[in-house]
Order: sequence, then C-alpha cells, then structure tokens
Amino acid sequence: MQFVNEFRDGELVRVVLDQIHRTVTRPWVLMEICGGQTHSIMRYGLDQLLPPEIELVHGPGCPVCVTPLEQIDRALEIASQPDVIFTSFGDMLRVPGSQHDLYTIRARGGKIQVVYAPLDAVRIAQQNPDKQVVFFAIGFETTAPANAMAILQARALGVKNFSVLVSQVRVPPAMHAILSAPGNRVQGFLAAGHVCTIMGYWEYEPIAAQYHIPIVVTGFEPLDLVLGIQRTVEQLERGACEVQNAYSRVVTRDGNRPAQSMIERVFMPVDRNWRGIGMIPQSGWGLRPEYADLDAEQRFDVAHIQTRESELCIAGQVLQGMKKPHDCPAFGTLCTPENPLGAPMVSSEGACAAFYRYGRR
Amino acid sequence: MCLGVPGKITEIYDNLGIRMAKIDFGGVIREACLEALPEARVGDYTIVHAGFALNLLSEAEAEETLSLLRDIAALDENAESGAQPA
Ligand code: SF4
Repeated sequence: MQFVNEFRDGELVRVVLDQIHRTVTRPWVLMEICGGQTHSIMRYGLDQLLPPEIELVHGPGCPVCVTPLEQIDRALEIASQPDVIFTSFGDMLRVPGSQHDLYTIRARGGKIQVVYAPLDAVRIAQQNPDKQVVFFAIGFETTAPANAMAILQARALGVKNFSVLVSQVRVPPAMHAILSAPGNRVQGFLAAGHVCTIMGYWEYEPIAAQYHIPIVVTGFEPLDLVLGIQRTVEQLERGACEVQNAYSRVVTRDGNRPAQSMIERVFMPVDRNWRGIGMIPQSGWGLRPEYADLDAEQRFDVAHIQTRESELCIAGQVLQGMKKPHDCPAFGTLCTPENPLGAPMVSSEGACAAFYRYGRR
Repeated sequence: MCLGVPGKITEIYDNLGIRMAKIDFGGVIREACLEALPEARVGDYTIVHAGFALNLLSEAEAEETLSLLRDIAALDENAESGAQPA
C-alpha cells in the first residue's frame, strides 16, 4: 500500500460516480472549502462527470487568496528595507498588493528568499546575524503547526534577528460567515482533509447542527473527492446533517493533539480580515503576548498602511461561492496568471487560476 | 500548499533539538519535522505540508475504504454479466 495509486483507481471512481447518479433526485449546491481540492476536481475533470443536478462551488480555502491586503502591503514595506531578508512561501511573491508585489521589490534589489519550510527561515536568520530575517507566516490550520514550530525554535535557540509577520486563519469561523450570509447557496460542505488532519472534525459538529447542513471530511485524490461528494449528496437526499469522515486513513475526530498544543503555545484566537470578504470575528490566530518580541508588525513600523484594492476584482464573491470566476469582467482578459489583478488568479489553490488553467467557462 | 501526498519515513534523527525525518516521496527524498508525531517509526507513511509531518496514515482504514468499494465493483460486474454474486 502506497496510499496514492489505490485512490486514483478509475474503476472505483466510476463505482462511486454511479452511486451518486443513482442517489440524486434534485439540485444541490456543495462547497469544497479547500482550494487544493478545487484544483484536483478540475484536473481530473470530476466536475464534468457529476450529474447536472450537483453544482460545486469553490470555497475560501486558499491561504494566499484570503491573506488581507494590509498584510501584503506590510510585507512589501518590510521587504523593501535595506537590512532585511524577507522569507516567504513561493506562492506569495506574485500576490498583488495595493501598488505592486514581492517580485517587484526583489527586482528593485529587495532581498526576498522563498522557503519551503518555516524552519528554513530560522536557519537563514542564524546564517545572517547582521540582517533582520522576517518570515511571512500565512496559512490555515494545516500550516499553523509548521509556523508555530519555527517560532518555538527561534525562541529556544535565542535567534534575536528573526521575526514573523503573522496572517493565520481558521476554517470554522469562515463556515459560519458563509452560512449566515444573506445570499448563501451552500447546502453541503466537503471539509478540507488536511485542516482536519491537524484539528480533527469535532469543531464541525455544532456547525452541522446549527445550520442543518451535512459536512464530510474529504481528501484530495479522485476517489476521495467522489466519496466525499457521494456521502454529502446521500445525506442531503435523506435530509440528514451529520459530520462524516471520508478520509479516515489520515483524519481522526480529535486530530493531532501534539500539533494542536504547539499551536496553542504560540498563538491565540484573534479577529482577522479576509481579503475580499472582510472581518470575521475570531477567525485568525495571532501571536500570544509572550511572543510579542518576535512580532514583525511591532519590530518594524508598519501600522500606517493605506490599502487600495482593484476595483474590478470580485474575488470576495468568488471565495464565498456566490460567483464563479468567469462571472468576473476581468477574467482571462485583464486578469491572467501572468498578470493577476487579484490573488485567486495567482495561487496554485486559487479558483480563478484553476478555471483559467483547466479552461472552465 | 495543501496538496500533500504521502511519503515513507526512511530515517529519523535529531537536528538542534528537533525531531526530524527523511521522507521518500516516490524516489524524491525530503526533510520534514516530526515533532508532532512522537509515535512515528521508520517505514510509516505520513503526509507532509510545509516541511512538517501532519499525521500518520492508517493502512487498516485505507483497506477498509477500498475493499468496500471493490466489493461493490465486483457486484456490479456480476450483475452486468448476468452471473450470481458469490
Ligand atoms: S478573475 Fe482576477 S480580477 Fe476577477 S475575481 Fe478572479 S482574481 Fe479577481
């Protein structure tokens, strides 16, 4: 068992698709929360194999897309400073700020280094004691333990020239925001498998009950995705609203406790702005006061930022499942992956990039 | 960033006080932090995201999911060929 090809088995995918076709009697709107799943669905063409009654809308689970504009602008300002090495996941470099992006800063001589793991940023700080090394700690629950680990390690090793610009977000408050929005169309959720790997899925049980909506923890391979859809549709057809786990080889109800306690040591819940969507109460994690000395927002004077968003971009509605990327007047013309106006066209997890790449109109 | 595929742990070691591992992704070896998986052993499969091992994979759970579907697939085939299910 290698846990990959087994879950790409075309015959088994067909079996589940047959079940879906047999079960569905009415139109249903499902949201896959995670942008990684949006890309998997399109890459394998699963959206085109579903019965026409089932509409998939794409959720806000793209960390690059929802990182607020003011945080991007702060990153740009910090990265422009002469004695700074700014480290970031590669995805963030082309995300448009109010004026430009990190690539522009790099072209103008800013020192920007892409890291694959947050711990690499701590290593860079150790190797460059005469520079300030800042790490852009963005992400959902999946990335939070890796980011927390870097902060804990910098503290443990006493690395003084390291700090973090934090923009951590959490899924459950976003689900509340989507479900309580007046224009909401979502009737069932595919919960993001790797978020649940860390957090488990007990947090979703009150949401399912409150909004009477089925939530199914779903993985990323084609078989995982059709299974998640099948178990959501099956519940919708019989009027159920359970939280089910269709990714049981990886996810447990409790999640990864040691990872959760690392997160809790470093972060605490805070209100956070989501780009295009707005402020969602208690939807983020910020540094605990004990780690304030590692906060790049305090170390660098970036409180005065004035933001300006593109007037054409409708990313907020796309990220809440209210509009599709091709409803945007700029899609594919003024806004392309080479020249993105909004963040969802940049990231490997953005819905606009997925629609563009896989030719969905 | 979330498209983590499973890899196999080939080596576990300490680096500056952190439990780290070498992970084999179908021939490509990468390093990952193993701090959240105290129970992990060489030979286990794990999902890695941003250089951090998120969880171990359960072979028993994977088998259960697959065998259920294989049974249905076999039933469908028998039904199509007119044979009786065993
Ligand atoms: S196509 Fe571009 S401008 Fe339109 S919503 Fe998507 S990212 Fe924004």
